[in-house]
Amino acid sequence: MNGAHDLGGMHGFGPVVPEPNEPAFHAGWERRAFALTLAMGGWRRWNLDMSRSAREQMPPAEYLASSYYEHWLFGLERLLVEHGFVSPEELAQVQRGEPVPVAAPVAVQDGALRQASVQHMLRNRRAARVDASIAAAFRVGDAVRARNLNPLGHTRVPRYVRGRRGAVVIDHGVFVFPDTHAAGQGKKPQHVYSVRFTARELWGDDAPARDSVCVDLWDDYLEAAP
Amino acid sequence: MSEHDHGHDADDHDDDHDHDHGHPHNAPLTDVQLRVRALESLLVDKGLVDPAALDELIDTYETKVGPRNGAQVVAKAWTDPAFKQRLLDDATETLAGLGFIGRQGEDMVVLENTARVHNMVVCTLCSCYPWPVLGLPPVWYKSAPFRARAVIDPRGVLRDFGVELPDDVEVRVWDSTAELRYLVLPRRPDGVEGLSEAELAALVTRDAMIGTAIVRGPEAAP
Repeated sequence: MNGAHDLGGMHGFGPVVPEPNEPAFHAGWERRAFALTLAMGGWRRWNLDMSRSAREQMPPAEYLASSYYEHWLFGLERLLVEHGFVSPEELAQVQRGEPVPVAAPVAVQDGALRQASVQHMLRNRRAARVDASIAAAFRVGDAVRARNLNPLGHTRVPRYVRGRRGAVVIDHGVFVFPDTHAAGQGKKPQHVYSVRFTARELWGDDAPARDSVCVDLWDDYLEAAP
Repeated sequence: MSEHDHGHDADDHDDDHDHDHGHPHNAPLTDVQLRVRALESLLVDKGLVDPAALDELIDTYETKVGPRNGAQVVAKAWTDPAFKQRLLDDATETLAGLGFIGRQGEDMVVLENTARVHNMVVCTLCSCYPWPVLGLPPVWYKSAPFRARAVIDPRGVLRDFGVELPDDVEVRVWDSTAELRYLVLPRRPDGVEGLSEAELAALVTRDAMIGTAIVRGPEAAP
């Protein structure tokens, strides 16, 4: 979807301001929102593409006015309701900051991420890479164009490359396709390439002559541009 | 027990880290603090999360995984040409050999900065970042100014970091739109020939491994 998260190339946000000696978290609630998101992911009811898609549902004005972990919290709350872990009424109460009484609290259920499993979970190499022999539509060196796609659902082709011409510089192999994976419509595995676009192709003749942007794009986002 | 050990749950009062510790800890909680607390209690009462697992997750990224991992890799690549070649040829397996593998670093690529090409990494669509080698991303990396400008004005972003590159260097920005995670191998500064791997690692900054800074030699340190 053409949401506020697709920020590449926008003007007006001001300078980048690094913070010296920055801590990993800036508030207690950030720690908990981060950990809750990872822990609930351990139930394997949704995948990473669904998580990203959920965060992108935040209304654009709100997205731009809120912080990274607020985006995470929004996405987590949405997924918890969609998957029946939390009822809409319970969420409404949470969002008002009110404690939600649970009539009969239960012990940690089987299936919940346990402390003893945390390091194993973090180090496992279950990835978006798919071990399948699928033909690549393009080869390194090929001239390609990012297709002009504007799907309503989740996608990973940023607006600033759509319709632009570039060259394949790396074939990374076969990966899950986010557009279908986020929608629960399967992995549709296909090749991902780093495609190099010149800065002038993306931004016009005022851009520096030598500069470039490499973007990782799936077969379905590309067409030949001989 | 120090005067700061109040014996209650750390999450109750550590929301303003830079505050003066003289003030009483009875400021009202913000909306988002209350909301996250209510959510955590609900999920715990339903048996959906183990609070000890939450603590372990936080502790891992707060105290164990961070940019010192990446700095160690860079220093090793600067001193061991065969290791550097393996790192450039197969970053994932080479980093796994050092134990730097896992969540948000399942498929790694190392980009070498040279006299001709300066690489910089961004994720314009969210904030993808190589956790096993750099830890969690800094706020500026996740912020709109960086995500918006890195691709259209990377030289302007570099100037925000005090770096000016000549026109004959290609600034090559990598937008992490897929599940590849990128680590920049910065150029080794001059005049460090006698330094040990550990001394070299101490010179390597997080920002240099994102590509928004260059590594300065010890004599250039402020």
